Amino acid sequence: MPPATLDAARLAYEEELRHSPSRPEPPTTVSGREVAPLYTPEALPGFDYDTELGYPGQYPYTRGIHASMYRGRLWTMRQFAGFGNARQTNQRFHFLLAKGQTGLSTAFDLPTLMGLDSDDPRAAGEVGRLGVAVDTLDDISDLYADIDLHQVSISMTINAPAIVIFAFFLAHARERSFDWKKLRGTIQNDILKEFHAQNEFVFPPEPSVRLVVDLIEFCTEHVPQWNTVSISGYHIREAGATAVQELAFTLADAFHYVGRCLERGLDIDAFAPRLSFFFNAHNDIFEEVAKYRAARVLWAKAMRERYGARNPNSWKLRFHAQTAGCSLQAQQPEVNLIRVAYQALAAVLGGCQSLHTNSLDETLSLPTEHTATLALRTQQVLAYETGVTNTVDPLGGSYYVEALTRQMQYEAENYFRRIEEMGGVIAGIENGFFRREIADAAYAYQREVELRHKIIVGVNAFVEPEETKLEILRLDPAVEREQVERLRRIKACRSAEEVARHLKAIRQTAERGENLVPVLIEAARARISVGEAMQALADVFGRYERPPSW
Amino acid sequence: MAARTRRIVLAKVGLDGHDRGIKVVARALRDAGFEVIYPGLWLSPEAVVRVVAEEDADWLGISLLSGAHLILVPKVVELLRQQGLHHVRVVVGGTIPEEDVAALLACGVAKVFGPGSSLSDIVRYFQDVDSHASR
Repeated sequence: MPPATLDAARLAYEEELRHSPSRPEPPTTVSGREVAPLYTPEALPGFDYDTELGYPGQYPYTRGIHASMYRGRLWTMRQFAGFGNARQTNQRFHFLLAKGQTGLSTAFDLPTLMGLDSDDPRAAGEVGRLGVAVDTLDDISDLYADIDLHQVSISMTINAPAIVIFAFFLAHARERSFDWKKLRGTIQNDILKEFHAQNEFVFPPEPSVRLVVDLIEFCTEHVPQWNTVSISGYHIREAGATAVQELAFTLADAFHYVGRCLERGLDIDAFAPRLSFFFNAHNDIFEEVAKYRAARVLWAKAMRERYGARNPNSWKLRFHAQTAGCSLQAQQPEVNLIRVAYQALAAVLGGCQSLHTNSLDETLSLPTEHTATLALRTQQVLAYETGVTNTVDPLGGSYYVEALTRQMQYEAENYFRRIEEMGGVIAGIENGFFRREIADAAYAYQREVELRHKIIVGVNAFVEPEETKLEILRLDPAVEREQVERLRRIKACRSAEEVARHLKAIRQTAERGENLVPVLIEAARARISVGEAMQALADVFGRYERPPSW
Repeated sequence: MAARTRRIVLAKVGLDGHDRGIKVVARALRDAGFEVIYPGLWLSPEAVVRVVAEEDADWLGISLLSGAHLILVPKVVELLRQQGLHHVRVVVGGTIPEEDVAALLACGVAKVFGPGSSLSDIVRYFQDVDSHASR
């Protein structure tokens, strides 16, 4: 019998398909990418194992940044939490640690994210609602009370006021006699994606990036184990981007930060090892896995070849993943548990370093203790029961995954060229490029759903006549009032002269272009609030306004 | 006489920057022939009402994914009334739990589109009410 050929397989495929009644549309990934029916060695012309794939823990890290991956150490299970006031969130932190979570992740409320105090009229109705309200050092002290900052790593999701909140945190750590050099954790501090997608910016792009670099510079010397930026594709994807856009825009942002740090005079190998990444884990398992692998290769090559980094830690792209909030549905909400589990699987098959799994009630509110526990248990089942951790990079060598990994690198590089041609990332922000690309992709996806080219279980197929009612987390309206009263008491106890002196120091340091972290730590100790510090900075930098677009 | 094109102001109220949904809805309504005005993020209730008056809008669509809808939406509706803009119909979209819908309707909201609402349902709603109103 002659050996089977690819042509014969193709013919057989066409023949079988002619008799199949269902799925008339050629399948595409969740990002609309066409997928071949079969991947064989022919999908990988010129493929060289050693240079393109290599071994885990070795350049270019396609197969992961650690040689032993999850056999050596599991990913960090880090559930994002925060609501109400600092004491309530501190209780939730202790609850999650007691349930076996291995790191903390702090969600701040919208006024804090926008650099507004709880007593600002613009904050009305939003205090403590989507995260924890933080106004002064006293709130940070309550937030991390009784948590051993040498043992537990802390993540803080904050961007425009990142430098202010981080100054509060450092002041708090010092008050409790923790050694800054032993603090471990991450501050998101990624302002560029705020302009692309998440929309929590305050100052114009240029001074915003200067603040990011100030924090990096300070940590490089004083807080060396801290991840100074979590360069985020997550929000870009949530806003509607495709997987490739998420990949390309995130890395373009990363290269922008690297360039600015170099301009500041920092040594690449002093700061690059503490840059970290944050990606989305969406529904399309293999596309997501390829995205993470492509990201590692693109980063490793750029760091070594373009930027001349010599420390292998500068070449390794470490990332946190969070399952896709935008994929979850209000209809048949228990089904979200299943989506989240598959998404978590993609993140783990892609070699994430830490993971947040969303709760099933994500579309309606912050999680209850019950749904937060289920989300964490999803990771524990994945880690301890499924066997996916037993060998390193189990998907390595899959023709499909390797072909996608290659293709996504190529497409991301095309985006890098386009961005460079338009004058770089800041130019792309100012001319609306990133937002336009993302909005176009979001609309294209929604139209696919409307046409039922994309099936969403419980929404446009398999619909139930009666919906399950969920018990959701309700915020006590007293929280806002109490937080405002507390802030007013704190403000009333300060000397007006001292407040003025600190705000003047912030403004002068901002004007002189010196590193702002030291003056902000002093201001934190004097109970200068987030809103006051941000206003002092806005006096110098201005506030960013841009015309609406859709 | 042909009815003039209906004007819809779509607005984000409060500090919430989640604008994926509202931008998609804006495009769908535009493609269905409505005139859509999107004044951007972070509007105060006062600013929204000012835009509605200046744009002589027939509809106001408010998007909130911040959970602050029971506080901010009634404020907007009240301000519309105070300004004599009784004819402006208010529609709310976003992460609105089912049990909050009644309260929003009671304060004068015409319709709530919660998570998972389809674009075609939203467009059809505007078209149906619109054709009913022009008769």
